Amino acid sequence: MAESALLRVRNLNTEFLIPDQGAARALEDISFDVHPGETLGLVGESGCGKTTALMSILRLLPANARISGQVFFKGVDLMTLPEKEMRAYRWRELAIVFQGAMNALNPVMRVGEQIREAITLHRLMPTREAEVRVGELLELVGIPKERGAQYPFQYSGGMRQRAMIAMALACSPSILFADEPTTALDVMVQAQVLELLNDIQQRLGLAIVLVTHDLGVVAEMCDTVVVMYGGKVAEYGPVDVIFNDPQHPYTQKLLESFPDLNEPTEVLASIPGTPPRLTEIPPGCRFEPRCHVCINRCKTESPPLLRVGESHLAACHLLVDKL
Amino acid sequence: MSASPLLIVENLVKHFPLTPSLVDLLLRREPEVVRAVDGVSFSLARGEVLAIVGESGCGKTTIARTLIGLEEETDGTILFNGQRIGATDRRTLAGLIPLESGAVGTREQQTLPRMSLKHLRQHAQMIFQDPYESLNPRATIFEIVAEPLLVHGLLRKREERIARVKSALEDAGLRPAEDYFLRYPHELSGGQRQRVVIAGAMVLEPELLIADEPVSMLDVSIRAEILNLLKDLQKKRAVGIVFITHDLGTVAYFADRLAVMYLGRIVESGPTAEVLKNPQHPYTKALLSVVPVPNPRLRRERIILQGETPNPLNLPGGCRFHPRCPVAMEACKQSDPTYVRVAEGHEAACLLAQPVTSS
Repeated sequence: MAESALLRVRNLNTEFLIPDQGAARALEDISFDVHPGETLGLVGESGCGKTTALMSILRLLPANARISGQVFFKGVDLMTLPEKEMRAYRWRELAIVFQGAMNALNPVMRVGEQIREAITLHRLMPTREAEVRVGELLELVGIPKERGAQYPFQYSGGMRQRAMIAMALACSPSILFADEPTTALDVMVQAQVLELLNDIQQRLGLAIVLVTHDLGVVAEMCDTVVVMYGGKVAEYGPVDVIFNDPQHPYTQKLLESFPDLNEPTEVLASIPGTPPRLTEIPPGCRFEPRCHVCINRCKTESPPLLRVGESHLAACHLLVDKL
Repeated sequence: MSASPLLIVENLVKHFPLTPSLVDLLLRREPEVVRAVDGVSFSLARGEVLAIVGESGCGKTTIARTLIGLEEETDGTILFNGQRIGATDRRTLAGLIPLESGAVGTREQQTLPRMSLKHLRQHAQMIFQDPYESLNPRATIFEIVAEPLLVHGLLRKREERIARVKSALEDAGLRPAEDYFLRYPHELSGGQRQRVVIAGAMVLEPELLIADEPVSMLDVSIRAEILNLLKDLQKKRAVGIVFITHDLGTVAYFADRLAVMYLGRIVESGPTAEVLKNPQHPYTKALLSVVPVPNPRLRRERIILQGETPNPLNLPGGCRFHPRCPVAMEACKQSDPTYVRVAEGHEAACLLAQPVTSS
């Protein structure tokens, strides 16, 4: 792939060892690139491995996780670094806005102090300068800096999410990972937060990896999309291609099942069944039990990611004939 | 709407008084109230779906809870099948003379009015948002679905009960129903649980279903199934549904009529397609513009309202939307706009709305 990529994830595999149940394969062969200034969307249903992918990249998983594969950040493989060196990358280069901002802030610590802690922990500047920086960061995300002296419970949901974003930006990272940043927010507040992310990206020129299950958010925000299903990449390509010329049956169904305000339909397409349990993964394609166009081969053989267009990849046996 | 509507709500008001502080008590200040619902009127025909849309804190859930009698309304009337079912009316029904102050004294007086609630809840059922919390984890699916029948003393014969539970589960898409009878909620997925919740609501064959964000906790692919199921039940059983949501995309697909709420009031209402195509209130326009459209080619200018819904403790004077309104005028600070008929069955409460020319 092009050398310009900021983050290159290659064949990332993550398993969780579960007593008595063997291993849950949460991620299998995940590969994608993040370029500077780009917004990449990781989309999929609950349990498809979106959050695990983020946590694997940042190496923030519990002890029963086994990660293999490579994650190159500016040419350095993060997976081989000793923990001590990895800490230099976290937050300074790779920052994350955790899911559920409601609960991710410390309830008994003033918001400004929590942000300052992130700065002083990484020894970026003396405490007094950090104080000024906290004010700047709060203003950057649209919170009056006096409110830094307040506690999280005095904030509304949208403001807490903004405070989380300010904290993530504390060390001027190159990549911002945002895990479901707008889930549980109202549409209007969601629009405000998305606008803020867009605005920050343009001002600071950082790359954003956006994890979400909301296809609408992806369509509004992202340049590139990775559609995940059952821990694997189902489809990967530019946002326009994914939405207007999807090749994987899962992507197609997912798009059809999303109610569109502009073209209300009589019946919404639905995908019967549920995503596979990660401890009982089907031998063939992971989507086969729910697929409306599956063939015999899908039951036994897992489809490889096929190149179906320029920078457009999809994993489906049916696409072999189209090539 | 030829026959009498199933549900008529007139000028519904629900205020939650705050516990006054000691200082307030000593100074004998009027207790502060949160005006959660502040004069809402609507009606619902048999077999119709009315969607109530708005941001958190606009009072949509309070309406649902008041309709089903989980809250007692402060003022206004609720007519269900032509019968008044408000809190005071329930007291009268139960043979209690409503107290002048509205407060109820003895324990007996507190429990008695609830008996007539039972009658209401046999015909009106509610589906809650979170299928992970609304099912008893220690009851089997059969027990959960059969419980409403026991509570209301219906179908006392065991065989009849089993048959009804079976058909309710099958109507909710859990087939074969017998496989689910002895399972527990933790064995089911989120979508299946919501189906059990729906089966439990439908087992009494109600005429009115109040659905409070029934799909917002579910995954996109499962959401469509549950919506299709509700739509199916509505068509087959002619159940009227009050559908409460913040997701306009779902509304476009699901609802016959739409009511947009802001700070305890309905600001615009009308047939769904008409309101979506021709929104008149600036709040509706803003809400519509920020709904994410699943097509990157349709990225458009969004009207993003700054700030958040004001506190319903101290409402702004005049039009309650004016502090956030992008097109507010001087007049909006003075007068609270009344409803203007902008098209057949389509009303908006805005000074800028153009009334329909009488034909």
